[in-house]
Amino acid sequence: MGDKITLQVTRYRPEEESSATVQEYEVPCPKDWVVLDGLNYIKDRLDGSLTYRWSCRMGICGSCGMTVNGEPKLTCETFLSEYGHGPVKVEPLRNFPVIRDLVVEIGDFMRKLVSVKPWIIRNKEKLLSDGEYLQTPDELDEYKQFGMCINCMLCYSACPIYGLEPGFIGPAAIALAQRYNLDSRDEGSAERLEVLSEHDGIWGCTFVGECTEVCPKHVDPAGAIQRYKLTAALDNLKSFVIPKSAR
Amino acid sequence: MARRSLEPVLWLLFSAGGVASALFVPILVLLFGLAFPLGWLSPPSYEHLYGVLRHPLTRLVLFAVCTLSLIHGAHRFRFTLYDGLQIKHLNELINLFCYGGAIVLSIWAGYLLWRLS
Amino acid sequence: MSERPAYTEYHPRWLRRQPSTYWWLERRAYLSFITRELSSIFIAWFVVYLLLLVRAVSRGDSSYQAFLAWSRHPVVLVLNVVTLLFVVFHAVTWFKLAPKAMVVHLRGKQLPAALISASNYGAWVAATALVLWLLLGG
Repeated sequence: MGDKITLQVTRYRPEEESSATVQEYEVPCPKDWVVLDGLNYIKDRLDGSLTYRWSCRMGICGSCGMTVNGEPKLTCETFLSEYGHGPVKVEPLRNFPVIRDLVVEIGDFMRKLVSVKPWIIRNKEKLLSDGEYLQTPDELDEYKQFGMCINCMLCYSACPIYGLEPGFIGPAAIALAQRYNLDSRDEGSAERLEVLSEHDGIWGCTFVGECTEVCPKHVDPAGAIQRYKLTAALDNLKSFVIPKSAR
Repeated sequence: MARRSLEPVLWLLFSAGGVASALFVPILVLLFGLAFPLGWLSPPSYEHLYGVLRHPLTRLVLFAVCTLSLIHGAHRFRFTLYDGLQIKHLNELINLFCYGGAIVLSIWAGYLLWRLS
Repeated sequence: MSERPAYTEYHPRWLRRQPSTYWWLERRAYLSFITRELSSIFIAWFVVYLLLLVRAVSRGDSSYQAFLAWSRHPVVLVLNVVTLLFVVFHAVTWFKLAPKAMVVHLRGKQLPAALISASNYGAWVAATALVLWLLLGG
């Protein structure tokens, strides 16, 4: 491991070209540098035109997701030292349209997230004077894991179904729907079922499992989806057997 | 539900078939596909096998395993064609081939097992 | 923002990259996934094989012996070896993944996934033992 490493960075300048190119930069690689440090070095010292998203630089905001040597990663959590002598290929997150350089269009995900209603839904809100909603630690454990999602979209990048079928609602949206479905304070499962049980909803998932592999927060969206498939399918069966009015 | 989709039911059958095939098919392949032909174990005599097969419980379980495994395979193969070969636009043809094939073979299974008595 | 934006000077053309036909070769995990999915073909083949066996048995002893002889044919043997590999791969991956869908609660707490896994494998052993006993014992 020398003191310099080559980053092969995808450039896409829509005002100049109609396809992406690769530009190489040599950056220093001290032991504690991450890919994001390399990109910031490029922007500060080598090429100010490089465009990319980042914010917290500590793995909690979910802004800096990119494809590093073919893998979806948070560049603020990926150490350059992992790549030995390099070179390190940095591309925009796969399965999303590229706006410029390393910046991808995430509107699709944002719309899908809203569509699953990721908030507590109550049939009737409690009055403020009735106090707060109480929840036991066990009830918290039911959904806590799925609440760790930072919306970084690495799972969408890893999901081949999302790449093949942009209509697929995707791992994070379903995991977040589950976070609320499994919350003891929530009463909105039926509302979310409408959206999730459509053909582009959970049924497109074939349990490849890559979403869980790449998730930096160990949310396990694949598990959330399979569990929800069982819930939704049994609910579907019940609706045939028991008329809605009796339920 | 907004649309009465068949997907949930198909998924349940796929899952049941996955369990049935995972539990019973490996040992059956090992025995009837390898062990008996290769002489590692001597195959059951005709009388013994016939006796086991014609028992109504065996026939019922075998029918269930066959049918569920066929639906499981059909469902999985349908999605493999969609995603592996990216021919989802041919979905009506694919569904007909996969599920239709499973149904036809299941009817054949039912007929054969019924005829055993 | 609409789904189909009009491209203007201030809204440049997005680069849309299509997945290749061979996307499943790009990562080991994808290859493993497609292999698992292809096991479906071999499951279907073996059901047909089983039904041919049932048909042979229903036609009498000579038919059964003819089936056994056919099962020794090299092409059939090789096909069944491949089938065994795929079917075992299906079973192993199935039991590894099934606990994700089946979350069982006892007295408000989730049962550990390892317990569900263990009971699945236990069922596999039991089913295998049952088949062996039915065919070889008795």
